[in-house]
Amino acid sequence: MSDFDATRHVVIPGELIDSRGSKPGEGTYAEDGHVYAAKLGIVDLREGLVSVIPLGGRYMPRADDEVIGQVVDLGPSHWLLDINAPYPAPLHATESPWRVDFGDTGRYMHIGDSAICRILQVDETKRVQCTMQDSELHKIEGGQIVEVSHSKVPRIIGKDGSMIQLIKSFTKVQGFVGQNGRIWIDGNPEDVMIATRVIKLIEEHAQAVGLTEAVNAFLKDAYAGRA
Amino acid sequence: MENIEHIPKEIQLVDDSGRRLDGRRLDELRPIRIEAGVLKRPDGSAYIEWGGNRVLAAVYGPREAHPRHLQDPARALVQCRYNMAPFSVSDRKRPGPDRRSVEISKVTSEAFSAVVFTEQFPRTSVDVYIEVLQADAGTRCAGITAASVALADAGIPMRDLIASCASGKIAGQVALDLNKEEDNFGDADCPMAVVARTGEIVLLQMDGHLTEDEFDRAMKLSMDAARRLNEMQRDALRRRYAATAMDETLGGDAP
Repeated sequence: MSDFDATRHVVIPGELIDSRGSKPGEGTYAEDGHVYAAKLGIVDLREGLVSVIPLGGRYMPRADDEVIGQVVDLGPSHWLLDINAPYPAPLHATESPWRVDFGDTGRYMHIGDSAICRILQVDETKRVQCTMQDSELHKIEGGQIVEVSHSKVPRIIGKDGSMIQLIKSFTKVQGFVGQNGRIWIDGNPEDVMIATRVIKLIEEHAQAVGLTEAVNAFLKDAYAGRA
Repeated sequence: MENIEHIPKEIQLVDDSGRRLDGRRLDELRPIRIEAGVLKRPDGSAYIEWGGNRVLAAVYGPREAHPRHLQDPARALVQCRYNMAPFSVSDRKRPGPDRRSVEISKVTSEAFSAVVFTEQFPRTSVDVYIEVLQADAGTRCAGITAASVALADAGIPMRDLIASCASGKIAGQVALDLNKEEDNFGDADCPMAVVARTGEIVLLQMDGHLTEDEFDRAMKLSMDAARRLNEMQRDALRRRYAATAMDETLGGDAP
């Protein structure tokens, strides 16, 4: 794909990736003027910043990320969400879209429910706070949640959302791709199934050349002979 | 422990031409095969065959540290568990942690704490599990070498891979990578773990006695071996990720 240049190759922690004075970006570290890989991944060099795009690893919450969280615990004035990160994310009642009376959180969301929410802030000890106060943030009712590695999310969204638009235009499902690798899909069961398979296909071949064409061909094939 | 009483005491560990019982020279490693990403459930895994050793390593995390009082608000914990399967030795090993495995777990987690960027994940823990399926001396080194690959496979940020190899003294001579017989009847065994790029030593233990000169030579052997091991580790990871990397092209025969 054209958004990565020819420097794409797998690096292993400790591997020297730049000694020409590039700035160390994410997934790297600098020592004595050299930049080394800190993670297993693919080198990405742009505008003097060298970083490593990880091929795996856990999702680390960042402010303004939109994620799908699952309620794992209730407090009298908050919900505790699992956002697929090493840290639980509390959602305070005042950050919810509802007017919640004290001790009445269970009326709105219960353990096992999922919601699209946004990370408000992450402090230096990685304490996470999230919010649902925006029109596009809501509790998830119906549909399915598919989990992929968070490092594959940019591929599933595609350049300016091209990949997800492609999937939506064929399958007519509605959905949401969370930065934490959770994807919500809702629509006809058959369409949801096809969308799930496409997502798995993208995840499996995330770094392949010609992925968009392959997805297009897959979808055309799946919908061949249908109205 | 294995019954070794029937083996003659005057076993000849090195013959006149400088070959050892298994035909190796003094500075040779046993045959080693490493494979990365062999398990599906953990975040990262690796399997190593090192002579007669067979060791599986798996890594979870970073994840919330439990019990919570262990959490460090400034950094992640690297928790390690070294365990030998009951069938890993010829006389059934009583399962469960014992003095030896608790010690190995401790030194291993200290070795990995030195390379993992623990400050990036406060309050969490990175859990490393090393399961020895078959033992033939040098299991802690095999375990560390495999666990290092498993950590990289799990996407944990770290400064470098760790390679680990023992060297020691058999029949009065300094030798690399002792096997079971050499370990049992040799004079000294000195496992070490090395950060490949910088040559930093993150684990150093010794059983038996070496003179200063012998120790220097043993260390040199282990350092050289670590370099070779590091290449094998990288190769294992590259093989695992080659398919997901840049060369793949989806053409007309796409799935």
